[in-house]
Amino acid sequence: MAFKNEGDQKAYWKDNLSILFTLLAIWFVVSFGAGIIFVDALNQIEFFGFKLGFWFAQQGSIYVFVALIFVYMKKMNTLDKKYGVDEE
Amino acid sequence: MSVQTLTFLIVGASFLLYMGIAVWARAGSTNDFYIAGGGVHPILNGMATAADWMSAASFISMAGLVSFMGYDGAVYLMGWTGGYVLLALCLAPYLRKFGKFTVPDFIGDRYYSQTARTVAVICAIFICFTYVIGQMRGVGVVFSRFLEVELWLGVVIGMGVVFFYTVLGGMKGITYTQVAQFCVLIFAYLVPAVFISIMLTGHVLPQTGFGATLADGSGVFLLEKLDMLSTDLGFKEYTTNTKSLLDIFCITFALMVGTAGLPHVIVRFFTVPKVSDARKSAGWALAFIAILYTTAPALAAFARVNMIETINGPDAQGMSYAEAPSWIKNWEKTNLISHDDKNGDGKMFYSGDERNEMSIDRDIMVLANPEIANLPAWVIALVAAGGVAAALSTSAGLLLVISTSVSHDLLKRNLMPNISDKKELMSARIAAGVAILIAGYFGINPPDFVAAIVAFAFGLAASSFFPVIIMGIFSKRMNDKGAISGMITGIVFTAAYIIYFKFVSPEMNSPENWFMGISPEGIGTIGMIINFAVALVVFKMTDEAPQEIQDLVESIRFPKGAGEAQAH
Repeated sequence: MAFKNEGDQKAYWKDNLSILFTLLAIWFVVSFGAGIIFVDALNQIEFFGFKLGFWFAQQGSIYVFVALIFVYMKKMNTLDKKYGVDEE
Repeated sequence: MSVQTLTFLIVGASFLLYMGIAVWARAGSTNDFYIAGGGVHPILNGMATAADWMSAASFISMAGLVSFMGYDGAVYLMGWTGGYVLLALCLAPYLRKFGKFTVPDFIGDRYYSQTARTVAVICAIFICFTYVIGQMRGVGVVFSRFLEVELWLGVVIGMGVVFFYTVLGGMKGITYTQVAQFCVLIFAYLVPAVFISIMLTGHVLPQTGFGATLADGSGVFLLEKLDMLSTDLGFKEYTTNTKSLLDIFCITFALMVGTAGLPHVIVRFFTVPKVSDARKSAGWALAFIAILYTTAPALAAFARVNMIETINGPDAQGMSYAEAPSWIKNWEKTNLISHDDKNGDGKMFYSGDERNEMSIDRDIMVLANPEIANLPAWVIALVAAGGVAAALSTSAGLLLVISTSVSHDLLKRNLMPNISDKKELMSARIAAGVAILIAGYFGINPPDFVAAIVAFAFGLAASSFFPVIIMGIFSKRMNDKGAISGMITGIVFTAAYIIYFKFVSPEMNSPENWFMGISPEGIGTIGMIINFAVALVVFKMTDEAPQEIQDLVESIRFPKGAGEAQAH
C-alpha cells in the first residue's frame, strides 16, 4: 500500500476527481458552450477582428485545451507529492 | 531548377533521413518493438505523437474542408484536438500505470475476460486498417501530382520506406523517425501559411492575420470580406453555421471521444518512463498539434479569398480561361479541377448558384495553395515532402498497432501463450510486412467507400473503446458482463446506423431522415451513450467485479510504483 492509510487513499482520489471535473467543465464550456451552443450570441461581440463565437470555435478553444493539460499536469504533480505517491 | 527536380531532391533527402534514423534505432526486443523500451523523453514523445496523429487527412485535406465549410469546419478543428484533453485527464496516466503493451491488454485484464479481449482486438485491427488505407492513398496522390509518376509507383515507394523502418525499428524506430517527420511536416505547413499571411494581411502569424484587415489598403477585415464574397456568390456566410447546431455538437463530440479511444493514439502513452511523463507528454503532443490546427483555419480563409479572386477576377466578372494561371491547368490534368463554360463567354466563374462554371476538389487547397499565391518552387517541393511525411508517420503508427495486435494479443495472449520473445518479435515483423502489403493493395485499388469508412473508425472507437476504458478506470466494481454487453450494443447500433445511411440506402442520407437530425458522422455520440447505459443496467443486475480486480483498479489510480522503464 503506497498510502499511509485508507483515509488518505480516499482523500487523494476525491481531490483528483475534483481537479478532473473542474478542468473538464472548462473544456466543455469553451468548446461546446462558447463554440457551438452560444455561438450566435457571442458572434454579436467583436474580438480583434473576429466574431467571438467563431473565434472560440476555430481558435480559442484549441489554445484553452493546451493550457488545460498543462494545468492538470502541474496540479496532479502537487497532489501526488502531498500524499507521497509521486515517482520521485 | 524545376519544381519537379526540387521535389525529387527534398523528398529524397527526407527519405534518407528517415532510413538513417531507423538503422540507428533498431529494435532488439519485443519491449523495444512494442513500446520503444518505455524510455522516450516526454517532449520527443509529444512530437512523435503529434506526427502520428496528424495524418494525410490533417495535412492535405483539413484546411480544404474548412475552406469549403466555413464555420462548420470547426467540428474537425475542435474534435481532433479536444479529444487530447480527455486522453490526458481520463486515460493516459492510468493506462501508463497499468503498464501493458496494448489497449486489448487492458480491456482483457481489467474485465478478466478472453471475450472482451477478442472483441477489442477485432475493433483495433479494423479501425487501424481503415485508417492506413487512406494514408497510402495520400502518399499516392502527392507522388503522382508532384513527381509525375504513376499513382501505383508512388504507393509502392511509400510502402517500401514504411516497411523498412517499421519492420526494422518497431516502435523505437518509428518514434524517432516521427520526431523527424514532425519537424518536416510542420515546417512545410507553416512556410506557405506565413508567406500568404504576409501577402494578404501584413501579419507574420497566420493566427492573427486571420482576424486582421487586408493589406490592400481598403481597411476591410479579412473575414468581413470573406462573408461579403460568400453571400454575393450565393454561398452561406463564411462565419455562420450551415449544419444544425445539434449535429455540429454531436459530430464534434464523436470525434473527440473517438480520438481518445483510438488505439494507435493511446499506445503512445505506454512509451514514456513515468506516469507523470504520460501527463506531460499529452500536453506537449497537443501543443505541437495545435500549431497546425490553429494555422489550418487561417490558411483555409486565405486560400478561399485567393481562389475566388483568381478565378472571378478583381471586378468579380470572371477571368479569361485562355489566360488561366498554370496551377489551374496543372490540376486539371489530375481531374481535381474542371471548367465548364456554360454561358460561352470564355471566362471562368465560381459561385454557389446557377452561375457557377467550376468544379474544384477541396483536397487540392493545401497542395495548390503555394501555386495559387505564386510562391517560389522550393516551397511547393517542401509542401510535397510535408504531405508525404504526414502520411508515412501515421501509417507507421497504425501498422505497428496492427502487428502488435496480431503477434501479442492474438498469438501470445490467445493462441500460443508459450511463444518465445524472439519468435514473438519475428511474428510481429511478419505481421507488419503483411499489413503493409494489404494496405498498399487498397491504396492502389481503393474501395470507393474510403471517405465513408472514416466515419466508421471514429464512430466505432467512440462507441466501443472509450466508454469501456473510462468505466474500467473510474468504476472499480464494473464487471465483465456489463462491459461486454455495453461494447457490443454500442458498436452494433453505431455500425448499423452508419451502414444503413452510407451503404444500404445512401439516397436516404439527409437530415429529414436522420435520427433527431444527427448525421452518421455524429452518431458515435449516441452509440457511446447507449454503451454506458447498457453497461450500467447489466452491471446492476449481475455480480460486481471480483476483489483482485478492484484492487488492480485501486493500484492504477496513483502514480507511485509504475514499472521501471528501460534506458537506452
